[in-house]
Amino acid sequence: MNPSRTQVSRTHVSRTQGRRALGACCGVISTALLMGAANGAWLTRVPPADHARTNPLVATAQAQENAASAGAQIYRNECAKCHGDNGAGLHSRPPVVSDRVANATDGDLFWLMSNGVPWRGMPGWSMLPTAERWQLVAYLRALNPSGANETPAPNPASTPLQGNPR
Amino acid sequence: MYGTARLWRSWPLALVFIAFLCARAKAQEPPYLVTYSDVLEEPGNLEIASQNLYSTPKDTNPFYAQTVEMEYGLAAWWTTEVYLQGQVTTHDSTVFTGFRFENRFRPLRRTHWINPVLYVEYEDISQADKSFLEVTGNAVIQDKQVSNALLRKDVERSVEGKLILSSYVKGFNLSENIISEKNVSNEPWEFGYALGVSRPLANGAHPGHCVFCRQYFSVGGELFGGLGTRYTFGTSGTSQYAGPTLSYSAPRNVTVLVGPEFGLNANSADVLWRLKVAYEINQFRDLFRRSK
Repeated sequence: MNPSRTQVSRTHVSRTQGRRALGACCGVISTALLMGAANGAWLTRVPPADHARTNPLVATAQAQENAASAGAQIYRNECAKCHGDNGAGLHSRPPVVSDRVANATDGDLFWLMSNGVPWRGMPGWSMLPTAERWQLVAYLRALNPSGANETPAPNPASTPLQGNPR
Repeated sequence: MYGTARLWRSWPLALVFIAFLCARAKAQEPPYLVTYSDVLEEPGNLEIASQNLYSTPKDTNPFYAQTVEMEYGLAAWWTTEVYLQGQVTTHDSTVFTGFRFENRFRPLRRTHWINPVLYVEYEDISQADKSFLEVTGNAVIQDKQVSNALLRKDVERSVEGKLILSSYVKGFNLSENIISEKNVSNEPWEFGYALGVSRPLANGAHPGHCVFCRQYFSVGGELFGGLGTRYTFGTSGTSQYAGPTLSYSAPRNVTVLVGPEFGLNANSADVLWRLKVAYEINQFRDLFRRSK
């Protein structure tokens, strides 16, 4: 009892359609995840105490420069593979030269490095010593000079996120 | 003499990995050879490592074991890994001893004071395996006195779970592994543990470019051993090891770990000499992407 040629053809067509549907679903999910990774929702999760923290390594201009230089070395070793040597982001990964980073406080950035956004692709870097994470924050400040706030901005955790700040 | 010559013939593979030292550098993982920490592979990165072990236990032929590890970061919270294992025993033979397939999951979204990681592994390993990647049950060094020809016939297929706990306190990493293993045939649950403590030599990075700065070095210590089975729980009749470790993570992708582990009781080998060389391919998955 071999199936007729028409039956085989129908089965083949339905399998092909099934694969296409599966592919489309995967595409939609991947896009949604990438958009989610880039929407800055992590800013809403920074606790107020962390938001208000300031970089202890930048007491003077010279100290800021040293910290940023050291941060540049760490960035090159650990971060550039995803965010690019110039901070523009590789393969749809979020740039680190952006208004969002510029407007985030030192505490926000330190919190992000320590915790990451693991469900959206950014690992936590708590294995880096605390001083190295602050050095990275100093380097991000150097990349985004307009964000060198003297006073911390209001914590997004206490106010709802207004759209996509990217 | 014949066995020793064979042993030395296996070293070129290790030397190939050492040749990678010319390449650029990688992330600072705690310098553990047996203990797992909460550090997972970065998503998209592929790490290829060769872990080499040499030992000359009393009343047992000296042996060299090599484990090739391929570790891939599927997501920031999920790492998968395959191990291929083999060994050379002097005055005996060279055998492939089996494979392990493991997955590690980080269940929590944030970093906490204690960070848990769940580990699930399937292994298909013969009793001839001498990699000592962990010690469970009542495994003792005297088990290895039997010839490879006999040991390799006894293949153990088991499922293993680990609870990995890791903390960072004042620059130190503290990691604890609680191991439980079940042979899929009718054998009792076996238990083991591993503890590690480590610290980078420098807390901050050097402002200038350098290759041998202190920040690239970490030192640590490990303690691991078996805890018997469901019916013989405890440290008696098990082997126990402890020793220091030193790692160097070159700026960017090569890590070298060394460490002797000393047997703490009569059921253990005197010393396990280990050398691990790992090379990380950054964003391996990007090699297959069109967009830049």
